[in-house]
Amino acid sequence: MNTAVMNTAPDTGGNVMLLVLLLLPLLGALLMYPLRTNVPAAKAVAMATALLEFVLVVVTWVGYSTDAASSGERFQYVFSVPWIPAFGTHLAFGIDGIALVLIALTAFLVPGLMLFAWAEKLPEGRTASGYFALLLATQATLMGVFTATDVFLFYVFFEAMLIPMYFLIGRFGGPNRQYASVKFFLYSLLGGLIMLASLIGLYVTSADQLGAGTFTWSDLQSIAQSTPTSTQIWLFLGFFVAFAIKAPLVPFHTWLPDAGAEAPIVAAVLLVGVLDKVGTYGFLRYCLPLFPQASQILAPLVLVLAVIGIIYGALLAVGQKDMSRFVAYTSIAHFGFIALGTFAFSSQAFAGATLYMVNHGLSTGMLFVMVGLLVARGGSRLTRDYGGVSKLAPLLAGCLLLAGMSSLALPGTNSFVSEFLVLVGSFPREPVATIIATVGIIFAALYILWFYQQTMQGPVRGNAVIRALEAGGVGGPGAMIDPAVAAERGSGFPDLTRREIGVLAPLIVVIVVLGFFPGPVLDVVNPSVQSTITEVGLPDPVPAGGVVGGVR
Amino acid sequence: MSPTNYLLLSALLFTVGAIGVLVRRNAIVVFMCIELMLNAVNLSLVTFARMNGQLDGQVMAFFVMVVAAAEVVVGLAIIMSIFRTRRSSSVDDANLLKY
Amino acid sequence: MTAPPEVLPATGAASVAWLLFAIPAVSALVLFLAGKRANAWGHVLGVGSVLASFLLGVVIFVQALGVAPDQRTTELSLYSWISSGTLNVDFGLRIDPLSLTFVLLITGVGSLIHIYSVGYMAPHASGHGADADAHAEPSSDSSRRRFFAQLNLFVAAMLVLVLGNNFVLLYLGWEGVGLASYLLIGFYQDRPSAATAAKKAFLMNRVGDVGLALAIFLIWLNLGTLQYTEVFARIGELSGGTILAITLLLLLGACGKSGQFPLQSWLPDAMEGPTPVSALIHAATMVTAGVYLIARTNPIYDLTPTGRVVVALIGVVTLLIGAIIGCAYDDIKKVLAYSTVSQIGYMILAVGLGPAGYALGIFHLLTHGFFKAGLFLGAGSVMHAMNDDVNMRNFGGLGRKMPITFVTFGLGYLALIGFPFLSGYFSKDAIIEAAFGQEGWQGWVYGITATLAAGLTAFYMTRLMIMTFFGEERWRNLKAPDGEDYHPHESSPVMTGPMIVLAIGSVFAGFVLSAVGLNQWLAPSLGELQESPDGALPHALVPWLVLACSALGVLVAYLVVGRRPTPVQRPEPVSFPVQAARRDLYANAFNETVIERPGIWLTRALVFLDNRGVDGLVNGLAAGLGGGSARLRRLQTGFVRSYALSMLGGSVFVVAALLAVRFA
Repeated sequence: MNTAVMNTAPDTGGNVMLLVLLLLPLLGALLMYPLRTNVPAAKAVAMATALLEFVLVVVTWVGYSTDAASSGERFQYVFSVPWIPAFGTHLAFGIDGIALVLIALTAFLVPGLMLFAWAEKLPEGRTASGYFALLLATQATLMGVFTATDVFLFYVFFEAMLIPMYFLIGRFGGPNRQYASVKFFLYSLLGGLIMLASLIGLYVTSADQLGAGTFTWSDLQSIAQSTPTSTQIWLFLGFFVAFAIKAPLVPFHTWLPDAGAEAPIVAAVLLVGVLDKVGTYGFLRYCLPLFPQASQILAPLVLVLAVIGIIYGALLAVGQKDMSRFVAYTSIAHFGFIALGTFAFSSQAFAGATLYMVNHGLSTGMLFVMVGLLVARGGSRLTRDYGGVSKLAPLLAGCLLLAGMSSLALPGTNSFVSEFLVLVGSFPREPVATIIATVGIIFAALYILWFYQQTMQGPVRGNAVIRALEAGGVGGPGAMIDPAVAAERGSGFPDLTRREIGVLAPLIVVIVVLGFFPGPVLDVVNPSVQSTITEVGLPDPVPAGGVVGGVR
Repeated sequence: MSPTNYLLLSALLFTVGAIGVLVRRNAIVVFMCIELMLNAVNLSLVTFARMNGQLDGQVMAFFVMVVAAAEVVVGLAIIMSIFRTRRSSSVDDANLLKY
Repeated sequence: MTAPPEVLPATGAASVAWLLFAIPAVSALVLFLAGKRANAWGHVLGVGSVLASFLLGVVIFVQALGVAPDQRTTELSLYSWISSGTLNVDFGLRIDPLSLTFVLLITGVGSLIHIYSVGYMAPHASGHGADADAHAEPSSDSSRRRFFAQLNLFVAAMLVLVLGNNFVLLYLGWEGVGLASYLLIGFYQDRPSAATAAKKAFLMNRVGDVGLALAIFLIWLNLGTLQYTEVFARIGELSGGTILAITLLLLLGACGKSGQFPLQSWLPDAMEGPTPVSALIHAATMVTAGVYLIARTNPIYDLTPTGRVVVALIGVVTLLIGAIIGCAYDDIKKVLAYSTVSQIGYMILAVGLGPAGYALGIFHLLTHGFFKAGLFLGAGSVMHAMNDDVNMRNFGGLGRKMPITFVTFGLGYLALIGFPFLSGYFSKDAIIEAAFGQEGWQGWVYGITATLAAGLTAFYMTRLMIMTFFGEERWRNLKAPDGEDYHPHESSPVMTGPMIVLAIGSVFAGFVLSAVGLNQWLAPSLGELQESPDGALPHALVPWLVLACSALGVLVAYLVVGRRPTPVQRPEPVSFPVQAARRDLYANAFNETVIERPGIWLTRALVFLDNRGVDGLVNGLAAGLGGGSARLRRLQTGFVRSYALSMLGGSVFVVAALLAVRFA
């Protein structure tokens, strides 16, 4: 019996900020129901809610004290009330730097996505108010999942996330949406249920060690080091499978291309950009601190999957014919990098992995948006239906190139910082995996540039482009299309509109600014990363005279 | 007389009832066979109560009787309504509720 | 090895050294963002920003000249860029003789090429490739603005590359110039060949970048720092094997960027870009970044003779294959491109010689910057006159039509083949002398190959001169590829001006730079230049040998090309060596067979595996469950009596089991 003192958070409430962040989008979603007939008002209310949420997150960010985090305060904005006393569950919220950057990412993306969806053509019989309600509901569950500090509460949100996303894909998605949404739901649910089993095991373990069972994260963490390793391994595996499906790591990835391709673009951005991050976030927040020994023992397994994912995802991205599936496969490669950083156990790799989650949300989000803009013009998701677009829409091509450069982690864009940190941080402990991952950057360049060449460069071609131009009254079958003429007549393949620029501009600014000034984000992340290092109990690898070579 | 004989009778009755349920098609007969099984159980319950010198078994027997009565009310009503719609009281004809 | 000079904080003009790259960067940003509004004045801003940068560079240079040599190495830390745990990467600049030399080269030659581009990229100038043909851009003004934006972006990235005071900032510039190069090679976006060449360049560069990245990781792993000063101070603590690994990985990076064997084949393809790009990026500056990298990290290379041998061998192999292939091409730009490959091979050879060669490599880099940029601009002028045709078999006798181009090009030619007292003579001979100065087999191998390649250089350049500027005017009876007649004419002053300046540089740069003591100037960064001893051959003999070899090359070219009329159609079939040289010594064929095709197959196989295998497993599981339950539900027959039987059976089983447990 362990006699560790239970350091349960005070049950008298606390800072309600996170509660507000959780309830505000939920409230907005509910408001969509009375407004279901008045679509413009519904859109306005939804947008106002999302913007207010963003402002509140900014306020939260400003109020977050990195000094307090450095001095060992694990969570800030703590709120806790008992929920089901018999099971020791709490409605407990709190954020560290890792959670903060992820809720900031969510709050940053949602208003832009709403602007993107503002004039989107929805399937027959679907209203925009329902669409926006589901977006807000997704946002609410994401806020919950990142801020929960009670493992049971986390589980509830983890499963609740599926519901609005299921409806977003199943009701507003592409032609094959039924298949994709069911696959997504069942696959994720399977993972969640395995996690539930582990969760119960964790509860029993805590009851053994503390005398009374608990789901509070801090209490569970405090007994982590004293839990027998064999128990840890089983519990770890339960959580791991859930997160590996969510992230997704390679053998569990096949739902993502289907879901990502069939989902409407805004849902795809939220799904791949944020919702999947719950998996990698789960590794960092739950797997590592709660099962430190098991994490170290099983790290090679995860690293193998991560490295396979990097190469495998990249090669498959090259071979894709569907643009959305292409982006989904690039994400699988990127998730490999995040998993590599997470299981390399060094502060640089952890910080890099965290930053990678944010940056991947931005760059992949932008790539998805660019695909959405192309599809909105050409009506086809196939790569071969587009060609030479840069002549017709140079601005669009430029934005796509920038998104691609961010995706291939060109220095000067946000992703470079995270990829560099992941690789440089992983190298001391895992040289082989890092070398293979580094080779992966060649493949990253390959898939991005190949995609860009196919769709943007060369002469104007491709069924979708030609059809769009013909619809715009330019040229005829086999006619040489003169873009100059097309521009005059109001071509069927226009460049970016003001609204679309409004969607992209914030993304572009953040992508470039974070490339040169990642400091503000790193400052927030670093203290929490240090705490995680302490919780894992594996000291940072000390450079100098390291693994390879060594001191003369 | 040894209580064992009552138990043997009970088993016999139960077997007769069970076989009747399995082999007969007429719903009314099946129904009566079910009643036979229930009463066989009642007999054994009362016998056991006697053997153990406790009243629990007898209480249970009363309980079974009440349930049987309720069952008869519902069951006969169902059989009647099936007979009215289908002009048949064969249980094999009422096989719509399947895969 | 001399003690490294003390590093001082930057003062005076050097404290705003960040403006050097900030000005072109901001200019590029303005040109990208302003859109059509900037069409009218975009090129002025583009030229102005680089000129401003150049002037600032000159001011900083003069200021550095004013202090003692050991106080010329300064640093300027701007802000903390990436910081996590013990890793802290500053956005910091190192302003020392080496980086200042590069700053002046990049902004100086860059300014000239920017000015030239104003004329070359002018709207409605005679037939500008596919751009003009397909009426691709609504206005060529727009495309010129885009060109200047990308060129400015390149200058900014290149300046970051040479000014950074740590390896990560070097990497930022390194990939930044890669992006600019990608954009500019693919500038004529509607040409599929340009798009493919751009992609190829970026990918082969990325292969090199992996080497550079791994070198960075290795350095950090062992030293815990990435700043040059700290790394160089402590590099001696490492084991020989680690140092060798670092140097080889750095060399891989250099090979990618500088078009060295085995990553050379992207550079000739890069000629798809507009000619000013070829002059600035793919001749004078970016492709020499590999030489810069090795020179910059000279304290690491100093410690590993084995690593230096590998560097020198790569240089030797490259300079030879560049020269051989250069002899076979008819495309004027590709000949110059292979000449660049070959000349950079000389520079890599020089820096591979260690303390005896670092400064010589930089010296040749500078003179090469002048004459090769001049040659490319001259080639651009010729193309301009000849409807963008690059096939020299269609040229001939152009010297009379374009006298200024002829003279400036001719001076560049003489400088390149090492005509006495022109700039190439000073720099190339010095390298060959130092190469012969090596001990043992190295002296012989390096020296003889370099001399041989000098002869080949003389051959292919003379061939180029004769085919382009001398002989019969073959174009009179031909149509240009765009179906028009050729009307060769001299280019406008905005183009010939920079050509004249570069020609003057080609003539005098070598003499001036060696007279004013470039080697001493560079000593704080590269260490004192060691005079190489008389190794394989006495020093006095080498210049004569090289001169004789070059003269032989010129003579052979005259006999083979000059004395006979040049056929307009390429002769086929030809002997095996010529055929091999025409096909890039099968480098592309090798890449295609060994990497590209298997890669495509692998990708297809993986897509199949993913859809049928991995996803098939998932879907199969789902289908299995579905099928299984479809079978199972057949048990629900609807016959009440069979339910009753199964219930009885179940009860009997349970009772039997209970009894069995009880009495077993």
